[in-house]
Amino acid sequence: MLKLPPHHQMEIAVVNDCSKDDTKMVAELYPVVVLDLLVNLGIGGAVQTGFLYARENGFDVAVQLDGDGQHPPWELIKLIEFYDNTRTNIVIGSRFLNEGGFKSSFARRMGIRYFHWLNKILTGKSIYDSTSGFRLFDKAGIAIAAEKYPDEYPEPASLVLFSKAGLMIQEVPVIMSERLAGQSSIRNFASIYYCIKVTISMLFIFIRKI
Amino acid sequence: MTRIQIITILINIIFIGYIARLIIKGKLREEYAIVWCLCTFVLVVFSFWAKGLELMSKLFGVFDPPNLVFTAFIFIILIYLLHLSVVSSKSHHSINRLTQELALMKEKMKKAEQEKKGA
Repeated sequence: MLKLPPHHQMEIAVVNDCSKDDTKMVAELYPVVVLDLLVNLGIGGAVQTGFLYARENGFDVAVQLDGDGQHPPWELIKLIEFYDNTRTNIVIGSRFLNEGGFKSSFARRMGIRYFHWLNKILTGKSIYDSTSGFRLFDKAGIAIAAEKYPDEYPEPASLVLFSKAGLMIQEVPVIMSERLAGQSSIRNFASIYYCIKVTISMLFIFIRKI
Repeated sequence: MTRIQIITILINIIFIGYIARLIIKGKLREEYAIVWCLCTFVLVVFSFWAKGLELMSKLFGVFDPPNLVFTAFIFIILIYLLHLSVVSSKSHHSINRLTQELALMKEKMKKAEQEKKGA
């Protein structure tokens, strides 16, 4: 278990979105909460389950991190410390604010650049790593994410949602590693489909009343 | 009555029978059945009333009657497909909610059971 700043207590929830590997078995060996989805919901629905759990149990803070080894758990201390100091609603662990660690492929970086630009237009905020799935949410963030988290490729789109709700969003540099197993939900980042899909969903969240 | 009229009427009867069977067996919700019944009804009317199509195309200013049939039906089909997309999105959303709620409930039950064992 991680050592957190003293006034925090931690509970780990693993969402098993119909994994075909031993996720469930492995998770049940540890003292963690396992949220077992009977039907494969995809990334949006799975992550939202975690927020629903956090909301139901009245957590002050929820941290979302990928289970494939990309987000070293010890890095979340950086997010929590940042939150403790600033009380920012959403803290994003960013690959791009520091040197070192794993940086992804060229195509993916181009895509991230595009979303940085789009986010800036739609939210007025400069968020560099808008596809990062390493994020901390406070109570306000949890409430919104539990209510209406986007379905497919939710990371960039949810930023529009949060900023429309008037939440503060900040980035903190973290070091990420290469995923140990599995595939990104964004396969072939260059694929035009992803960009179009996310652009549309961001635009509609932007237009939609919250 | 021409041959094609008899064929269309026969097919229509079979079609209506099939829809009725689906409803009776509970495989088709009535709200969808209405659309299909209406469609068949229109087809039946025009297969009996052969002059009707020409009259209608004159009314709409369509030069070639079959074109009216194609245009009208493609339009109707497109609208109906859109409607089906809406329906499927809705059920997708419901399934999401249900699955999430189920996962949370299972977890809650597990916790309660463990507490019972501990006590």
